[in-house]
Amino acid sequence: MTAVQEKSAAAPSARPEVRRRRKRPTVGAVIVYIAAGALAVMWLLPLLWAVSTSLKSETEASLGQDIHWIPETWSLEGYRTLFERGDHLTWMINSTIVSTIVTVLTLVLCVLAAYGFSRFDFPGKNIVFGAIIAGLMVPGQALIIPLFDLVNSLKLAGTYWGLALPQVVAPVMVFILKRFFDAIPRDYEEAAKLDGAGHLRVLWNVILPLSGPIMAAVGIFTFIGSWNNFLWPLLVATDPSMMTLPVGLGVVSGGYGLFYAQNMAAAVLGALPLLIVFLIFQKQIVKGIAGVGLK
Amino acid sequence: MTVKTETPAAASAATKRPPAPTARKKRSWVGLWFVLPFTAFYALFLVWPTFLGLYYSFTDKSLTGRPASWVGLENWSEAFGDERAWSALWNTAEFTLYSTPPLVVLAIVLALLVNRARKLGWFLRMAFFAPFVVPVSVVTMIWIWIYQPDGGLLNHYLQLLGIQDAAAPTIWLQGESTAMWSVVLTTVWWTMGFNFLLYLAALQTIDPNVYEASSIDGASWWRQLWHITLPLLKRTTALVIVLQLIASLRIFDQMYLMTGGGPNRATEVAIHYIYIAGFEGYRIGYASALSYVLFVLILIVSIVQFRLFSRKED
Repeated sequence: MTAVQEKSAAAPSARPEVRRRRKRPTVGAVIVYIAAGALAVMWLLPLLWAVSTSLKSETEASLGQDIHWIPETWSLEGYRTLFERGDHLTWMINSTIVSTIVTVLTLVLCVLAAYGFSRFDFPGKNIVFGAIIAGLMVPGQALIIPLFDLVNSLKLAGTYWGLALPQVVAPVMVFILKRFFDAIPRDYEEAAKLDGAGHLRVLWNVILPLSGPIMAAVGIFTFIGSWNNFLWPLLVATDPSMMTLPVGLGVVSGGYGLFYAQNMAAAVLGALPLLIVFLIFQKQIVKGIAGVGLK
Repeated sequence: MTVKTETPAAASAATKRPPAPTARKKRSWVGLWFVLPFTAFYALFLVWPTFLGLYYSFTDKSLTGRPASWVGLENWSEAFGDERAWSALWNTAEFTLYSTPPLVVLAIVLALLVNRARKLGWFLRMAFFAPFVVPVSVVTMIWIWIYQPDGGLLNHYLQLLGIQDAAAPTIWLQGESTAMWSVVLTTVWWTMGFNFLLYLAALQTIDPNVYEASSIDGASWWRQLWHITLPLLKRTTALVIVLQLIASLRIFDQMYLMTGGGPNRATEVAIHYIYIAGFEGYRIGYASALSYVLFVLILIVSIVQFRLFSRKED
């Protein structure tokens, strides 16, 4: 109340001034922009340093040389030796295969399960759903020992399936998708059912077209998570030809030793695929993370 | 043969079943088919290992494949008396203690800045979040290069600023007192972007009218921050801290890649010791007991998180 009165009392003289101030950037705003911009550039420095090093020749990149950001002689020597070794490409292909299997299977299994839990009643439903919700709290990393033993006895160690299948179990995705399906009105499905569509057809023709953004979010996060998984592939893929990119880079390339140009070329190429994915899907990723906090 | 003997029993069971809800039930079994594939995976790769691990913790199961025998509580009593296990747990706690405050404070500060600097929003978001999608081994490769004692980027600038004597460069990853901090710094750089986005999303849902009323009252920017913004971010902060606790208890990758747990086991964390016991010592039984201690710890934190989530659901 007092605020309103004060405002109306001061209005005639103060208004124009306030307006002008809003149009012109204030000192505070300028400081905010400079600080934010400077911090962002600083945050990017490690990545830029890797790029810079990767574009120097091996002698120029080596220790004991002056620290300088712009290469004196631009060189692709690091990248060339990397490709001559060939293993980087192998790991990239392995990672793509494994992450694709994980993402496709996760989407198929979790969508089916979420739809089943959302739309049907069946004996034992609450028990099964409760057990899966309990799985949200089970830390996978603490189970690596028995999991490894299991995969080993299934004769899957060192295969794509052994790498991928244990990563498919994602109770959280079932939970997220079920909550989304629950919010879709049933009227659409009833109409389709009257036309004689089966359950799978309803799911495919009615539910999925309405679930584009959530499917994209689940898919992207599963893909990124699987691509960046380190511990599990470290255990299962001991043969360099079966390693994924993070494991290959960590275990084998760590041994490139003093070849820093080559080392950083590997780092740059290792970072590139997901950075591109991120730039393409920035909107969905940001929204997906926002959803974690806002739900 | 077996089919024949079973048929009458099945038939009699069918006739005994009340006929009324058949239609409903028939429909309901369909739901099970939808749920079954995921549940099968879940049972095989999550439920089964959970019990298998518990069982192994009471045996002397070995990676070498020789037959395992029951040893009772032997692994468990060894685990609780194992100094190396305790020190690994302590290192894990230490990492959590060092990394959580900067990961929370920096994320809030940067989110506040970016929320104000809307015109640079796209670039700023990208810059702060980009490291998060980079694989861990790439992150560690870059930072090992930056941390090089002679000729590394960090020491170079510290010497340029006069903070460090060029004759006595800091050996970041090999120094017992600096190794943990080095891993923490790398981790903050790598994962801060996720918390930053959580905070930014929370800030952008705050109704601007909330501020308008108080600025008319003459509240300073600082007062608004303390009395309006930060209290409204409380839930996000709780979430960030719990997620951070869970992530920290599971920490392994960075240590394994940057320090190998050294120097002198100063950065050997819980999962790393489990890994060593299981895959270098071949002692699956003992490693399972160790895993279960960690399992219970993470479970406790997760239950807190779960309650935090479900309270909001109501």
